[in-house]
Amino acid sequence: MEKTASKIIVIGGSAGAYELIVEILDHLPTEFSVAIIIVLHRNSKYETKIETSLSKRLNRNVISVRDKLPILENHIYFAPPGYHTLVEPDCIFSLDISDPVQFSRPSIDVFFESAAAVYGKNATAFLLSGANNDGSEGLKALVNNGSTCFVQKPEEAVINTMPLAGSLVSEKVKVISNQHIIDYFSQLM
Amino acid sequence: MAELKDSNELSFAEVEEIVFLLKNVSDFDLSGYTRSSLKRRIQRIMNLEDMDMVDLKNALINVEGFQQYFIQEVTVNVTEMFRDPGFYNKLNKDIIPYLQTFPRIKIWSAGCSTGEEVYSLAILLKENNLSDRAFIYGTDINSKVLDVAKKGIYPIKKFKEYSDNFNAYNSTESLSNYYTARYDAAIINHDLRQNILFSTHNLATDQVFNEFHLITCRNVLIYFDLKLQEHVINLFYQSLALFGFLCLGTKETLMRHDIMENFKLIDKEYNIYQKIK
Repeated sequence: MEKTASKIIVIGGSAGAYELIVEILDHLPTEFSVAIIIVLHRNSKYETKIETSLSKRLNRNVISVRDKLPILENHIYFAPPGYHTLVEPDCIFSLDISDPVQFSRPSIDVFFESAAAVYGKNATAFLLSGANNDGSEGLKALVNNGSTCFVQKPEEAVINTMPLAGSLVSEKVKVISNQHIIDYFSQLM
Repeated sequence: MAELKDSNELSFAEVEEIVFLLKNVSDFDLSGYTRSSLKRRIQRIMNLEDMDMVDLKNALINVEGFQQYFIQEVTVNVTEMFRDPGFYNKLNKDIIPYLQTFPRIKIWSAGCSTGEEVYSLAILLKENNLSDRAFIYGTDINSKVLDVAKKGIYPIKKFKEYSDNFNAYNSTESLSNYYTARYDAAIINHDLRQNILFSTHNLATDQVFNEFHLITCRNVLIYFDLKLQEHVINLFYQSLALFGFLCLGTKETLMRHDIMENFKLIDKEYNIYQKIK
């Protein structure tokens, strides 16, 4: 019954992104036909139980990615701390503990690049608030593979470094306000 | 020009070409490795060495020592002492008391990389006065990392994190009891190295080589597809004594494999299983 997602929405964020992500998830319709995959920087030593608390709050499954999980429609996934999350060509997740990239593991770049290679035009990306440049290289790969890319309006981001860097990648990266981001997700089909 | 540069990005088809070539010209078979990870690692080597596909293929066929170098760089060799302190707590509390009932304890750390996990296990055994009747085999596909493991000398700067891990596992002692600091190096104490053997072993192609009471293989299966995982888990099953234990990484699981019916789940968080038939 549960179908592999043919389209994905990927969200990258770091410091200052969590509150907006919660708001996004609060506005989701009960059913949608994409998979939403979120890469949020956090320290593996202090594994916050984000997935558990969001599962309860939203009363739906919010999943911490494990080895070789299939990417399913109508599911919300978080990249686990301490690992890089990647997408395999057969639309399942894989994990990797190679060195941090830009001091980050999970790295948004690593995830976005693999999502770009596998999903291409069937991927939509959002890069949100954060204090480093992670995600920009990934956005480049996504743009080159025909994905739709958005960055949070830097003026509205708690920390604007990450969306600002993302917005400079290409003219094809669209800058979008918090309200529009939330509207986008509330209208998902 | 930007578009030209992007056409240099490795495609999945090119990854297949490399896997196929390597299999034909060497003993290394990467067929069962996860493709996205492999793609990223191969791309990295090509960037480091400033190679295109033709250069890479040529080097794999003609340049002496390049295959070994390629395997070293393509496989991920990240490890820590006492990575996941909770795992070591669990071993200490629930698994060691069980292992103590065996007259001799044989342990296999599969995919041990530079050996930090092997020495962590050796510390655990020593704390439980089991060193004399235990033996640990550390194996890896990559002979270069095993050279580091055999030396047991690590950069001292890593020991800040290792000490934090160790203290999270056991706060009554200090990790510094188990190594000697010299300039910028930490040298693992000699008595910990007795009853340890490091050796190359390829999980994809090599066979059972001994019988074990505890096998740890943490964060290795994540690089293998489900088919190769099945093969490796079978190898572990055949290598385990009855009522022996298998420990996987925190994000890995036996649950998706039929062989699970021969195991009992001991700990869900740290993926510890016991062979029961």
